[in-house]
Amino acid sequence: MTSTDPALREPAPGRATSAVRRAVGENTLLRSLVLVIVVGVALLLLSDVVTTYRDLQLSYGAYYFCALAGLTMLAGTSGQISLGHGALMAVGAYTVAKLRNTGWPLVPELAAAVVVTLIVGIPMGAAASRLRGPYLAGATLALAVGLPALADKFPSFFGGENGLSVNPSTPPASLGANFPLERWEAWIACAGALIVLFALYNLMHSGLGRSMRAVRDDEIAAGLAGLRVGRMQTLAFAISAACAGLGGGVFTLVYQSAAPGSFQLQLSLYLLAGVVIGGLGSLVGAVWGAALLVFLPNWSTDLANSFSLSTNVSHNLPLAIYGVVLIAVMLVWPSGIQGGVRALSRSRSRRLRGAGARSSAQT
Amino acid sequence: MTRFLDLTLSGISTGAVYAAVALALVLIWRATRVVNFAQGAMLMITTFIALAVINATGSYWLGFVAALLSGLVLGAVVERVLIRPVEGGPPLNPVIVTLGLYTLLVAVGGMIWGNTPRSFPAPFSLRGYRVGGTTLLFTPNDTFIVLIVLALALGLAVLFRATPIGLQMRAAAFRPEVARLLGVRVGRMFTLGWALAAVAGALAGVLIAPSVFLGPNNFDPILISGFVAAVLGGLDSPPGAVIGGLVLGLALSYVSGYEGSTLVPLAALAILVIVLMVRPTGLFAATRERRV
Repeated sequence: MTSTDPALREPAPGRATSAVRRAVGENTLLRSLVLVIVVGVALLLLSDVVTTYRDLQLSYGAYYFCALAGLTMLAGTSGQISLGHGALMAVGAYTVAKLRNTGWPLVPELAAAVVVTLIVGIPMGAAASRLRGPYLAGATLALAVGLPALADKFPSFFGGENGLSVNPSTPPASLGANFPLERWEAWIACAGALIVLFALYNLMHSGLGRSMRAVRDDEIAAGLAGLRVGRMQTLAFAISAACAGLGGGVFTLVYQSAAPGSFQLQLSLYLLAGVVIGGLGSLVGAVWGAALLVFLPNWSTDLANSFSLSTNVSHNLPLAIYGVVLIAVMLVWPSGIQGGVRALSRSRSRRLRGAGARSSAQT
Repeated sequence: MTRFLDLTLSGISTGAVYAAVALALVLIWRATRVVNFAQGAMLMITTFIALAVINATGSYWLGFVAALLSGLVLGAVVERVLIRPVEGGPPLNPVIVTLGLYTLLVAVGGMIWGNTPRSFPAPFSLRGYRVGGTTLLFTPNDTFIVLIVLALALGLAVLFRATPIGLQMRAAAFRPEVARLLGVRVGRMFTLGWALAAVAGALAGVLIAPSVFLGPNNFDPILISGFVAAVLGGLDSPPGAVIGGLVLGLALSYVSGYEGSTLVPLAALAILVIVLMVRPTGLFAATRERRV
């Protein structure tokens, strides 16, 4: 070892930080904790400075993120698709609504939404593990249409067309009398999203996640290697369902109601679109997807209102813009927004590296 | 007993329409491995074109032909312009494109024709046949629906089994690379598959419009039933699509007749899940399904 070795000349504090960085880099649990804390603090600061309307949008984005993250994990890690996650959100939403009306406190009722959807997800996942591609899409599509019909079938239990309405969760008194309800709801929603982020990040980087990817890539080889193929797929579906259930539970708290009209087929289709457009299999992609689902309808409505058009045209213009964006993103970025961002940063770092090599050659 | 007969006959009639939609989905699936969610919106557009022609000329049959022709053009254009660029990429991308197209077409339909549903004429009487002393729910128009869907199914069977172009289409769908080496214009076959599918869809739209009315979103349930029927039959099989359509039409007719219409979506779910648990690739799929 020569005296010019940079590691030896580096001062001790630098070595300590690099040791911390290495520990964080190697330990998934630690890394995900740092991620959750950083994102959590950022969301906390954000929710404090923005208007109450933006807080509301933040909570919309958070419950979309829960469902989208579950769906993107299912598609990316386990290779299954679902057109029925809107219906699974409904399961979580109705669980929270029923429990809230019988006086359950906040955290247990959200936990119950997760557990109930997980339990509902297990037989569905077992059924789904036998199906492939379009057949899985067909079965989950029928689920998305069929499950909300239960609310009409048992109107006394599910409240029929109007659904169930619940009291809002009031902010604790310690936050002050003037603390806005929307901000408190945004906090709850973001906490839910962070829990999903933490759980899925760890799952996708764990041995279990690796096993699921092995099953996704080659079922026969994975089976020969001793993995229980069906059980892996069932588990992935159930976990994904539980995430959607938490999203649905948060939905009930934000909207203070759970009604079949909120969980129509369109919701399931938009969730799938959000996942694919964000970037399939990527949790950051789920953030993009959630942002798109929250902001795109608003933007297109604003845009439509900025022209003076006949009512037929202006009523339908937002929908048209939405459709055009779905098509355009797929034509321009085949691997979704996150894929496009990744490709951009890769080409930029390559260019930088190229420039660095050239300058070092000159000296 | 009359009720059972009524439900059976009306089940066959709606089942025929499901079969036509299922055929449209199966043709597209065979050609390009895409589930076309825009089918419902495409047949909405062609049915509106038919209504415009009927109103302008006063002739139902001119409108009928206009629907089929506009379907042919629309299907070909959609495949060439929107689906071709995303083919060969990630398998879900064409599906999202069809979802976007669905949204766009529903919006365009609303912009041009408004969101209030309109009535659509039927070519034959909507008064039921009289047998003995009772009037059946089955009408001459239902006879027309069943016969024309039967003709469509037979025509497609002849096309696929007995003509060179049908052979080329099957080859292009089955092994695109080999077919291309043997001189089949694979891209053109895909376009033709989409065009034929859109014709089948347009036919379904014109047939069902008198009973569900014509509006931008009125055909969504038909698309879902058609999709369930296609999956029931096995997405690769046109005869499976027809049988799947009829089975679903009959089953849903009995459920809604004896148990009430709120149960229909749940019944469709139950039928689909039961069939898929027994046969994971539908009733009539011959080959193992490709992974998506």
